Amino acid sequence: MAEVTFLEAIREALFEEMARDERVFVLGEDVGTIGGAFRVTEGLLAKFGGARVVDTPISESAIIGASIGAAYMGLRPVAELQFIDFITTCFDMITSVAATSRYRTGAGVPMVVRGPCGAGVSGGPFHSANPEAFFLNTAGIKIVEPSTPYDAKGLLKAAIRDDDPVLFFEHKLLYRRLKETLPADDYIVPIGKAIVRRTGSDLTIVTFGAMVHVALDAAEALSKEGVAVEVLDLRTLAPLDRDAILSSVAKTSKAIVLHEASRTGGIGGEVAAIIAEEAFPYLDGPVVRVASLDVPVPYSPPLEKAVLPNVEKVMAAAKRLIGY
Amino acid sequence: MQTAPDPNLTRNQRLELYYYARLTRDIEERVNILHKQGKVTGAVYRSLGQEGESVATAYALNRDDALSPLTRNLGALLTMGVRPLVMFLQYMAKGTSAARGRDLSNHFANFPAPGAQAPILIGPVSPLGDMVAVMGGVALAAKMQQRPLVAMVYVGDGATSTGVFHEAMNFAAVKQLPLVVVAEDNKFAYSTPVHQQMAIAHIDQRADAYGMRHQMVDGNDMLAVYGAAKAAVDSARAGAGPFLLGIDTMRMKGHAAHDDMRYVPPEMVESWTKRDPIALYRERLRRDGVAKNAELDEIDAMTKAYAESESQLAADAPDPDPATVERGLFGADPFMSAEVEIVRSPFAGAKAAR
Repeated sequence: MAEVTFLEAIREALFEEMARDERVFVLGEDVGTIGGAFRVTEGLLAKFGGARVVDTPISESAIIGASIGAAYMGLRPVAELQFIDFITTCFDMITSVAATSRYRTGAGVPMVVRGPCGAGVSGGPFHSANPEAFFLNTAGIKIVEPSTPYDAKGLLKAAIRDDDPVLFFEHKLLYRRLKETLPADDYIVPIGKAIVRRTGSDLTIVTFGAMVHVALDAAEALSKEGVAVEVLDLRTLAPLDRDAILSSVAKTSKAIVLHEASRTGGIGGEVAAIIAEEAFPYLDGPVVRVASLDVPVPYSPPLEKAVLPNVEKVMAAAKRLIGY
Repeated sequence: MQTAPDPNLTRNQRLELYYYARLTRDIEERVNILHKQGKVTGAVYRSLGQEGESVATAYALNRDDALSPLTRNLGALLTMGVRPLVMFLQYMAKGTSAARGRDLSNHFANFPAPGAQAPILIGPVSPLGDMVAVMGGVALAAKMQQRPLVAMVYVGDGATSTGVFHEAMNFAAVKQLPLVVVAEDNKFAYSTPVHQQMAIAHIDQRADAYGMRHQMVDGNDMLAVYGAAKAAVDSARAGAGPFLLGIDTMRMKGHAAHDDMRYVPPEMVESWTKRDPIALYRERLRRDGVAKNAELDEIDAMTKAYAESESQLAADAPDPDPATVERGLFGADPFMSAEVEIVRSPFAGAKAAR
């Protein structure tokens, strides 16, 4: 089997799910003729036709509204947002309509909203967002963010087959940088399950998405200094895999939460609170957050670098924590 | 404005329109009493003065079409067959209500089994305009599934000022969806008059910007509304694309029960009171020789008794169990079900014919 990139893994998931289930269709801006701004949906139009690969006006609320209505009708829409930053323009559709629908009325919304997230490519304030925290406080939606091609494919398939709305965030930095040989057979990666990417006994880094790779690099560097770091990849941000978080912290007694969204009000606070509430007897130091600074993501590379978490910042936090 | 009656309505059908309009008003009168008794919780939104257009627009749909009402479209839901008991249970937030006490009035859904002669109903959400986009999705799916379905969605004059309304209208027009948007100009969005909501003369002109067909109709003339709605529904079903039907009417009560409407000029209330849609329609039925007063009185008695007996049934139902409050958030827990009881009117023969 040939290696595929993270982006190709997502595309494979779309191809295979659309071939497997005629209810699955994609819609979004420019997804048809040019295959999307990042070419994730390239080839879908030729294979499945315009009825199932729907180009839309620049109307995020209408795209998500149409997805909700189509999901009500028994279809399985996969909506692409050209950059996940634009999810703010359809926030109401996701939080007021999709998230509450089943709880209020019993009408489920099997819809996937996917798109490129994340910074590190000098995208500026409107092409670099990590919006998970906006949605963590909304009951009724699931949030997924893979860190490997294997997980990207398996989680997207699981999301498409899920009976509820799933937000699927794809870190654009990973699109063409990661390659992996994937199984030939159909597989899914279950939503709601974290995975230990590296085992260690001194300290746990809880993270997800592109930051998994920052955590792994930091762990490698720290191992040379005699610190054994465990890296826990959350994979699903809602619902959180509390058991995986707590069992790792019970083992290491020290935790860093690492994420690329800005620090205040981020998912790190929630993970830290879970650890504080439920693993307090195991703790041997404060739960430390490593995250972006509390500013919009700037355009200039040196400014952007100053804002984002990186290996050095993680190592500095780890050394401080190890000192307890 | 169209005023000609639809020639294709049978006597039975014309009586059925009257029955649903009366039933709507009687149910709301009951709800009003229950609200004052403290048995209906929260706010109560009346459709007084708008019952006729609610009923007559929905009457243009097939039994298995899709409809998304506003809070003032009780008449549309009853016309699609929703049993009054369903509504009373909702108003009283009962444990056996469609929403299991989680949401109010017509915020519920009905998704019948495929092939059932029952409507798809999708309750509104309070952020206005959203359901135009959602019903666009219903229409899009129907087109993809090659189902001959029409989706009807209601918006008020206020909701047509939202961003999502613009997106949804444009989307429906670009995709030529089988969608009928019923835009009710009922003169006020809470306290804001229409002229502060839009700078155009009539609400249906909103559609011009999207290349969407549109028409304005006298919302207090039930036959005119029915005729216009039927033409819009039939053409949308035939593939002519979406249609905006503008309804010229008046909200005769406040935004909700707590609103005393002090911002409405009294002479405006006075003149619209003279144009009460049910009284006008009743007079029309008599004038056209469709029914005598005694026959119409009989229907009045029937709807009043029905509303009372259904409200009594609902009053006796249990409250929701707080232990269930976290149930049914996701599909793995089948606690909720999107299905309500659909019934036929005593004029069922008339319904079957359409």
